[in-house]
Amino acid sequence: MAALQSSTLDALKKNQPQLLVEWTHGLETSGAARNIKEQDLKQQTSDFLQLIVSGLENGNGQNITTPGWEEIRQFLEKLSHSRALLGQDSQQTASFIFSLKGPLFALLQNHYQDSPALLAEQLWEISELLDALGMHVIRTFQKSREAVIKRQQEELLELSTPVVKLWDGVLALPMIGTLDSQRTQVVMESLLQRIVDTGSEIAIIDITGVPTVDTLVAQHLLKTVTAIRLMGADCIISGVRPQIAQTIVHLGLDLQGVVTKANLADALKLALTRLGLTVSKAD
Amino acid sequence: MERIPILQMGDFLLVTIQVDMHDQLALTLQDDLSERISRTSARGVLIDISALDMVDSFIGRMIGTISGLSKIMDAQTVLVGMQPAVAITLVELGLTLPGVSTALNVERGMKLLQERVRNQ
Repeated sequence: MAALQSSTLDALKKNQPQLLVEWTHGLETSGAARNIKEQDLKQQTSDFLQLIVSGLENGNGQNITTPGWEEIRQFLEKLSHSRALLGQDSQQTASFIFSLKGPLFALLQNHYQDSPALLAEQLWEISELLDALGMHVIRTFQKSREAVIKRQQEELLELSTPVVKLWDGVLALPMIGTLDSQRTQVVMESLLQRIVDTGSEIAIIDITGVPTVDTLVAQHLLKTVTAIRLMGADCIISGVRPQIAQTIVHLGLDLQGVVTKANLADALKLALTRLGLTVSKAD
Repeated sequence: MERIPILQMGDFLLVTIQVDMHDQLALTLQDDLSERISRTSARGVLIDISALDMVDSFIGRMIGTISGLSKIMDAQTVLVGMQPAVAITLVELGLTLPGVSTALNVERGMKLLQERVRNQ
C-alpha cells in the first residue's frame, strides 16, 4: 500500500487555516458542535489538525496503534471522554472526525487535479487514516459511557439502601425497587453492620416499594432474615400489599416462620411491644 | 495442645472463641464442652463468637453440633456476637442453624439464658 505523498502533506499544511474554517462550519451544520463552547471547539479542531500533521510528518504510517500516534490517541480519548460527560451521543462524537473528510477531500481534489490516479490513491490513504481515528473515538467514547453508567449504578445502589433508626433498638430498612442478588447483598451487609453498630434487637424490612415478589426475591428476603436471626436480632417484614400476599400464596412460598405485617405502623407497634414499651396519649 | 477455655459462671458455662477456629480445635472444644457439661451439670452454655471473623462449612456445622449436643444434655445454648460477614457466609453456605438461639452480645445472651432456665 502506498504511503501518503509528501506533496499531500504539504498541501495539508499550507491550507490548514482554510481547512479549519470549513471543518468548523461542517461541524456546526451537522450539529456535532452543539453544547460545546465555540472557543473549546476552535481549540480542539486546531489541536487535532496540528497533531495529525505532525503525526504524518514523522512518517508514522497509517497504523494508528503504533507509538508514533500515541499523542493523537490520547487527545482523542480526552475528547471523547469530555463528549460523553456532556451527554452527546456516539454519532455526534464521531462526526467530529468524519466531518473533516469533506473539506479535506475537496482540498486534495484541488491539489491533484491533473493526476486522477494519484488522487484516488491519496484519498484512499487519508480516508483509511480518518476512519481508524474515528473508530478509536467511538471505542473510547463507548468506554467512557460505560464508566459513567457503572458509576451511576453504584451510586443508585448506595442511595437505595438507607437503614433508618425508628426507635432505640429498632432499625427499619425501606426497600424500593426490584431486589436482585447484588442489591440483596448490599442491603444485607449494610443492615447487618448497622445492627452490630447500634446493638438493635429488632430490624423491620419494609417491602412496600418492591413492585413484585417472585421466588427469587422471596429467597433473597429469607436469606436476609436468616442472617439477621443468626446475629441475634429479630426481623419483621412489613408492607406486604394484598397483591404481593396473593402472589406469595399462589407461588406456594414458605416464609418459614417469618413475622410479616401489612404496614410499617403495625410492625413498629409489634417491635415496641417486644421491647416492653407502650405508646400512650398524653393527657 | 491448643484449647479453647471453658469458664464456669454459676450454673452457666461460658465459651469465648478468641482465635481462628481450625478443625481440630473445634473437635477438641466439642469433646471438652460435653465433658464439662456432664461434670458440672450446667444449665446453660453461652458461646461468644464475636472475635471469629471467618468460618468455613465445617466450623459452621460444628457450631450447630455443639449447641445441639448441649441441648441434648439439658443445657440451654445461646450463640452470641456473630459478625455480619460470618452470618452472610453461613447463610450462603446454607447453614441456617435452625434451633440455635442467638443474641447480639454477651449481656443480652446471659439475660436470655437466665430467662430460659427460669421458664423451664
